[in-house]
Amino acid sequence: MTGDAFDAGGQAQSGQGAGARALRFARRNMALVGMPLLLAVALIATVIIHPNFGSFDLQSLALAALPLALAACGHAVVVISGGIDLSIGSMISVANVLSGKLMHKGSFGGALLWSVVIIAIGALLGCINGLLVRYSRIPDVVVTLTTGFIYGGVALLIMERPGGGAPAAFLDLAAGTYVSEWLPNALIFLAVAVCAVWIPVVRSRLGLLIYATGSDRVAAFRSGVDTDFARLMAYVVSGVFAAIAGIALTMTTGIGAPLSGTLYTLSGLAAIVIGGVSLSGGKGGLVGPIMAAFLLSLIPTDLIFLNIDPNYGQVIQGTLIVLVVMAGGFAAARQDSK
Amino acid sequence: MTATNAVLQIRDIAKSFGSVRALTAAAMDVKAGEVHALMGANGAGKSTLVKIITGVFSADAGTIMLDQAPRVFRSPAEARAAGIVSVYQDPALVPDLTVGQNLKLARVPTADVMRWLAEMGVAKLDLGAVIRSLPYPLLRLIDMARALASNPRILLLDEITAALPADLSGQVFKMVRRWREAGNSVIFISHRMAEVSALCDRATVLRDGRTVGVVEMTAGADHRIVSLMLGAGPAKEAAKEAAQTSAISAAAERPAALVVTGLRYKHSLNGVSLTLRQGEVLGIAALEGQGQQELFDCIAGVRRFDSGAISVEGRELRPRHPVDAIRAGVVLIPANRLQALLPQRSIAENVALSSFREFAAWGPIDMAGERTRVLSAVQRLQIDTRAEGELKRLSGGNQQKVVIARWLASGFRTLLCFDPTRGIDVGTKRQIYALLRELAASGASVLLFTSEMPEIPLACDRALVLYQGQIVHEMPAAEASEASLLHAAHGLVAPKIAGAT
Repeated sequence: MTGDAFDAGGQAQSGQGAGARALRFARRNMALVGMPLLLAVALIATVIIHPNFGSFDLQSLALAALPLALAACGHAVVVISGGIDLSIGSMISVANVLSGKLMHKGSFGGALLWSVVIIAIGALLGCINGLLVRYSRIPDVVVTLTTGFIYGGVALLIMERPGGGAPAAFLDLAAGTYVSEWLPNALIFLAVAVCAVWIPVVRSRLGLLIYATGSDRVAAFRSGVDTDFARLMAYVVSGVFAAIAGIALTMTTGIGAPLSGTLYTLSGLAAIVIGGVSLSGGKGGLVGPIMAAFLLSLIPTDLIFLNIDPNYGQVIQGTLIVLVVMAGGFAAARQDSK
Repeated sequence: MTATNAVLQIRDIAKSFGSVRALTAAAMDVKAGEVHALMGANGAGKSTLVKIITGVFSADAGTIMLDQAPRVFRSPAEARAAGIVSVYQDPALVPDLTVGQNLKLARVPTADVMRWLAEMGVAKLDLGAVIRSLPYPLLRLIDMARALASNPRILLLDEITAALPADLSGQVFKMVRRWREAGNSVIFISHRMAEVSALCDRATVLRDGRTVGVVEMTAGADHRIVSLMLGAGPAKEAAKEAAQTSAISAAAERPAALVVTGLRYKHSLNGVSLTLRQGEVLGIAALEGQGQQELFDCIAGVRRFDSGAISVEGRELRPRHPVDAIRAGVVLIPANRLQALLPQRSIAENVALSSFREFAAWGPIDMAGERTRVLSAVQRLQIDTRAEGELKRLSGGNQQKVVIARWLASGFRTLLCFDPTRGIDVGTKRQIYALLRELAASGASVLLFTSEMPEIPLACDRALVLYQGQIVHEMPAAEASEASLLHAAHGLVAPKIAGAT
């Protein structure tokens, strides 16, 4: 504690003025300001590398990014609440094979109904995670790693090898274009899904509870917050996002596959770190991680255009994470020394 | 002890953490319209009792009666609903949220909080400011205002004044008195006897987890409280020790251990010069935020100073990292004990941490050597080792002793003590000061900052007053009464620096 901003007379500092406020906003929301810049740079680079970048390329980018963005949203909510969810990939697989199996050769309306059921199942899986974390007193990493194994096994039981499908009209909800070929349905789907799940949370008391719990569990508890409830609900929201991601995966790939989600546990974590969610909890939002998901999906595409082995994508992703975390660390150090 | 008009009656409360029995038989009666002090040495169980009353912990045995009806609170929210609200020892504000969001979190009306803050002299407060960016004393006032705004019948204040400058403590006391006049009750915990005698009506004294007495706060009550707190034996010892401290001779012209010349750091230090002699305890007195934290941090290598010079036993020290200072024999004991300790590890590991270099160059650790050194340090400081497996289960005073034991085991020449007795009881405080004297007598030098000015003449040979980043006054310990120190610390006395270098 330095106490320099506080004189003995009891005067509080008052950062008034629009300029100061904007600066404060920028400093607090580095991800919101920095992420669009980084994404814009990457898009411009893509267009330079690949001058024929057309509506089709944009559509494939959106398709690739959609499940990852939704997985990142699930991760973000749990990490903001001060926890971690390593079962997200398996929950995505479960939702993916369920939808591939149940919607196969069905009607459009039936597929919509099944979606509601699958999202409810996602919430249930998340709820199981949350309850185990709450009552078993086992660390969240261990709980979600093991439930991840269990859910992964469940996915294999439902569908042993890739197959199934869904009505074409249903796939078009994410894979097609309605408005313009430059506005893929995947983007609209993402926007609608995120708003429908996250806005009711973040605009209500629950959002405040989740941020407070992640920031300082003891202080929140002493303020009268039911921190167990906040953590439980974060896992439920995560399960809902994972289920939507699994359904989106059916829409974008056209089939259900039991191992389809595995990849998203780690790449989703990468997206939230790059997107400005603090792994120590309490900080960040969903917009940063979503943009980071697009950035991460853009990298392999660019590498293919450049005729570089796309496996370098992983190296670049890792490097990006280190750089972003370092930048965040430096910014925090500078603020401390002020 | 039964009182018919008691709002809150606590009977036979017991609580154990593993093998450590924090409370065995705690009892307390709080009447309506009284300020009731809860007193006890460190580790007596005060904080545990507070946490049981407010629903943070649940008791193993015993009853809590509110308005003659037994109640059990399972969370702070339940206690709050029943009208029991606590201001804890450390701020209960969520650091990443804004002031406004924190108020929303606790469901208290913002307007009421702002009104109480205004009553305490904080006229303007930016609701959009993030808690992390606000100074600590202000957070304590926000905590207090937030508690008042939920209009509690029973308000618990646990060491709220421990890190508050005197004027802000005054504001808090004003609120406490108003609360009592409105017919409510306040449970007040503080180690500062003067505050307790000025503010409280009665005091319940805990020792070793049980209630040992209830004292009406009349003349002479403070002596009774101290003797109850300490038990019979230590009280005599303390008296004897006080006689010793008063007999400390003025520091002779011994060689300088640490010389600081013209030290500057940002806006906080504006050319600080001081000389610490070998075998001397030099006290620094200052109000909140006069640069004392920065001064200690710069010498210890926690921060890098802008200009000036530090020399240790004639050799220049320009620490870029605490390890530079430690190699030069200059070690820091911070106010926040947990900053220096590994709460989940054992006492032995914590003590040996800074001296592993000597027990193991590169190869395996010399376990036997480590054990003897650690044991001798632990015994010398009389650390309570019942909870030796995990440091976080020790009481605050014992944790502070572990920090000192660590440097004792690794060896040092100059000790920088920054408010080492913050939130520590009278008995342990005396032990720590006696220890500092003993270290000085064996040739070490000690630079001591304490937020409790009356303690400077007890522990120090000489006192310096820091005001707005400069040393403005120097006096021998004999003259350093609280009044003269306070005057100088407020910048009310013409600068007088004898023999400054």
